[in-house]
Amino acid sequence: MFSLVPLVVLFPLAGFAANAFFGRQLGAARAGLLAVLAAGAAFLVAVVQLAALAGNGFAPVTVPVAEWLRVGDFHVAWAFQVDTLSVTMMLVVAGVGTLIHIYALGYMREDVQHNGDPGRYPRFFVYLNLFLASMLVLVGADNFLMLFVGWEGVGLCSYLLIGFWFEKGAAGLGNARAAMKAFVVNRIGDFGLLLAMFLIYWTFGTLTFSELFERLKTVRLDATGQLIVTAITLLLLLGATGKSAQLPLYVWLPDAMAGPTPVSALIHAATMVTAGIYMITRNHVLFALAPQSMEVVAWIGAATALFAGTIAVAQTDIKRVLAYSTISQLGFMIAAVGLGAYVAGMFHLVTHAFFKALLFLSAGSVIQAVERGGAQGGAHAGQSAEAHHDPQDMRFMGGLWGKLPITQWVFLIGALALAGLPPLAGFFSKDEILLDAFEHNPAIFWVLVAAAFLTAFYMGRQLLLVFFGQPRSTAAAHATESPAVVTTPLIILALLSFFGGLLNLPKFGLYGYAGSLLLKEFLSFSVEAEALPFNAFVAGLSTVLALAALGLAYVLYGRAQATAQDRDPLAALLGPVFGWLRDKWYVDELYGFLVVTPFNTLSQLAARALDLGGVDMTFNNLGELARAVGAGLARFQLGYARRYALVMFLGAVAVLAYFLIAR
Amino acid sequence: MDVLFSTLTTVTAFPLVGVVILLFMRGEQKTALRWVALTTALITFGLSLLMLAQFSIAPGFQLVIRTPWFRVGDFAADFYLGVDGISVLLVLLTTFLVPIAIASTWEAVQDRVREFLIAFLLLEVGMVGVFLALDLVLFYVFWEFTLLPMLFLIGIWGGERRTYAALKFFLYTFAGSIFMLVAIVWLGLSYGTFALPELMARGLPAGTQTWLFLAFALAFAIKVPVWPLHSWLPDAHVEAPTAGSVILAGVLLKLGTYGFVRFNLGLFPQAAVQFAPFLGVLAVIGILYGALVSYAQADAKKLVAYSSVSHLGFVMLGLFALNPLGLQGALLQMINHGLSTGALFLLVGFIYERRHTRLLSEFGGLWKVMPIYAALALVVFLSSAGLPGLNGFVGEFTILLGAWDGYAHWGFAAAAALGVILAAVYLLWLFFKMFQGEVTNPKNAGLPDLTRREVALLVPLLILIVWIGVYPQPFFDLMAPAVDALAANLSAAALAVR
Repeated sequence: MFSLVPLVVLFPLAGFAANAFFGRQLGAARAGLLAVLAAGAAFLVAVVQLAALAGNGFAPVTVPVAEWLRVGDFHVAWAFQVDTLSVTMMLVVAGVGTLIHIYALGYMREDVQHNGDPGRYPRFFVYLNLFLASMLVLVGADNFLMLFVGWEGVGLCSYLLIGFWFEKGAAGLGNARAAMKAFVVNRIGDFGLLLAMFLIYWTFGTLTFSELFERLKTVRLDATGQLIVTAITLLLLLGATGKSAQLPLYVWLPDAMAGPTPVSALIHAATMVTAGIYMITRNHVLFALAPQSMEVVAWIGAATALFAGTIAVAQTDIKRVLAYSTISQLGFMIAAVGLGAYVAGMFHLVTHAFFKALLFLSAGSVIQAVERGGAQGGAHAGQSAEAHHDPQDMRFMGGLWGKLPITQWVFLIGALALAGLPPLAGFFSKDEILLDAFEHNPAIFWVLVAAAFLTAFYMGRQLLLVFFGQPRSTAAAHATESPAVVTTPLIILALLSFFGGLLNLPKFGLYGYAGSLLLKEFLSFSVEAEALPFNAFVAGLSTVLALAALGLAYVLYGRAQATAQDRDPLAALLGPVFGWLRDKWYVDELYGFLVVTPFNTLSQLAARALDLGGVDMTFNNLGELARAVGAGLARFQLGYARRYALVMFLGAVAVLAYFLIAR
Repeated sequence: MDVLFSTLTTVTAFPLVGVVILLFMRGEQKTALRWVALTTALITFGLSLLMLAQFSIAPGFQLVIRTPWFRVGDFAADFYLGVDGISVLLVLLTTFLVPIAIASTWEAVQDRVREFLIAFLLLEVGMVGVFLALDLVLFYVFWEFTLLPMLFLIGIWGGERRTYAALKFFLYTFAGSIFMLVAIVWLGLSYGTFALPELMARGLPAGTQTWLFLAFALAFAIKVPVWPLHSWLPDAHVEAPTAGSVILAGVLLKLGTYGFVRFNLGLFPQAAVQFAPFLGVLAVIGILYGALVSYAQADAKKLVAYSSVSHLGFVMLGLFALNPLGLQGALLQMINHGLSTGALFLLVGFIYERRHTRLLSEFGGLWKVMPIYAALALVVFLSSAGLPGLNGFVGEFTILLGAWDGYAHWGFAAAAALGVILAAVYLLWLFFKMFQGEVTNPKNAGLPDLTRREVALLVPLLILIVWIGVYPQPFFDLMAPAVDALAANLSAAALAVR
């Protein structure tokens, strides 16, 4: 059954190819259905792999597919690593992926109408299937190079999907710019990954995971070796900060919200952005040899968690809040793997995939509800001035509770799961990370606690702004619920977000011991799993803080906000600091000043002054000299091509004839 | 007659058959002329496949033919052809690209069609001859022989500043090859033979290797072009007709890198070891400089032209890593660059034929108007930007991996890897300016998408782009024994130098 694992990639790849070549002929309905079937088939293959692993005592298996590169002593193959870690990822990617494919069937139908190009519907599923294939290559790879194929492949899909409406956004170019930014920033991270691969190969002689880790078990590192391993792990971390949107490379992710909402859910929340966490977890043996790098990883994660949280509290775009929240939650996961708490990191990765996909998709449902409301309300009242507001702006929402009977409940579940309230999934997974930090690194613990407080606060703020109070626009007043194809995946994800904690309950009393197979036991076949006992202080503290933050949000946002133009109550509380938070600490401006502008200037300088002015002029002047010498050459009569061609031909014939005939 | 009908002679000389037929046809029968040229080029490609079929994966020259050519005193040159793992793919690349280039002129070239096609077929003879010649005099003759047709292609069928560009091209390359000629004559007179295999077997003293290396290197460096000898290239490309650019970038530049492998590494290994860090530095500068300058261009064709400076920098870096990884990566990257950049110039040509401009500021939003064009361009751009799964990545990765442990410092490879970031910057920028956004220029609004003929030109290139990206092993296998022998020779030289 392991031999079926290539199908996990081939199904979506076939779906991609079929829709890429024949999508238009198939038509919207069949193209979408084909894509959903491809995704579903991939999920089934992942389930089969799970069963195969169970039948194999959960021991890892390598499934070679084909030769790839063999040059000199260097060798990598197309091969899959099937172990509990990769299968966990496959299940999440293909499972959540399938749900989002289904959701997109309905969502994109309205989206293409709304954006005025219904013919583009199949293309969305082309990209979505290609993304699934790439992501499954990434998580299934048994070597760095194949991982890198998936790694850049998902980056490409991200680029294509952020720029799906490449003619929309600010000045008609905003989305395309956001796409470009995402790809280039990710390439900076990929640069790190690339160098890490070179170092790994020339130090350990292989890029295949199992061989590398086998060699690392017996390796004795001298001072240079230690330095190299530290460098390797830091370079890998650079790769992770790109893909998983951590400081300092997180800046592409908020802009990536330009992509249609299913993309934000699938790629920019649930799956692709977790690739960095997966990659570090996959290389835990390597990281274990570099304690200094681990420290850096943990701090990058913790700092990102807090930093992104501070920005999230002041955003007004419903998706941007979730985007910064994603960066923050990814920070929790990175911090976890930096602390060596791989299972906690993976556990949070899984639950986050559930509830963040749920939140984004519900937000998409809200946005389309408001858009429908805008169209309807505008038609009724004949107003147009207000109808043009941004349908993602929470200031124009409010009072949606009761109008969206399904979306409202699932959004609430997602928000409370993210806020970390028991017994929802987010509580258990976040608690494990906090617990590990508490035990191993108190400073990081308090940073993460602060970030968790902010999480609950901005989710409370979002809930209140979107669903409660009075509608602050006609669009919000006329909002209507989305169709079943959209809400059904939401319900499934809500159930997963509610009960997801069961995957890995803390050991409490008898539960979690003898014979049980929780995520930590399951993953212990791939990574070291440390099971810390339940800690009432940590769990209590995080619960109390989450409630306090929600309470604070209620105090601030519970009643206020009669119109969209009202000042944000938080601004009154924080004063000028609020501006810094709203404007994202001016990091984009800083990067523009430090990197983008100097780069553009340098490029212009190189092209004008250096190349045309320097190099070209110098050689042209030399050329003048040559031209003066060969004055006859300069008077070339270029008009008589025929004659020249003839002369050349005769010359060639003469040359050939000479040795053939004369000899 | 054995010589005449031997595989390598026919591969080299068959285009002359087409030339003869074209000479006897009337200039007005444009379509018939084109069909004759295309058929000739396709048959030549078929003959090169025959060569491939007869080729065995082994070191050394194969399918060798040799017959005395002329003798003046001690000065005796042979008609001496042979193919090995280093040249086999380059010959195939040439015969593969020429029919595509000819087919691309179907509508683009209407003026003096017959002469154009004759020049093109003669150019093919010269290029294939360079890759196959084993006699230094014969090599030089073919080398210079490529110069004239290209001169005419640019100078007659080129753009506005064609005379300037053509002369610049000619003077640059001609000036460089004079030193090579001196070196060749000196070699022949000193050793009594111009035969490359014999000179290689004999081995030259380290002292003489140095100046010979430099004399050859100058000729090749201009052709590649190695920074800072590149300034003829953008002008030549911008003024050349599309088919000329395809061949210029696709094959002619590889004459330079091929020369480096064959002579500078093959014949002067000790000098190669000594100069490796120096050429490594130039390669890295070329990679970063080419990318930076490329990004600043306002003209799509110039942007692609400068990207060649960057990409050929990768090839040079791989060559002067002097190890099997670097060498094989570089040889494969020559093919990759020929495919990707050939396709890039075709793509630029397609839009030029429609709009008669290549200024990026004239475009925007073409994805909406020409979706097929946009989709195919995207794949080619990504191939050029080194996206894993497509051909460019395989070459660049192998080169960088080799260069990391090559004769140059690993820092060179690290710096060169920055070029991978920059490639994404300028290629996505090009895609952004041409295809994304709204259609803001009304002149672009009604543009027709690619015709079947245009798509058919790209499809063979795209197939290879994906094939090499996913399964490059057959290509590596072809060159492996020859490269291993060369690398062994180079490491022996390195030991001798130390």
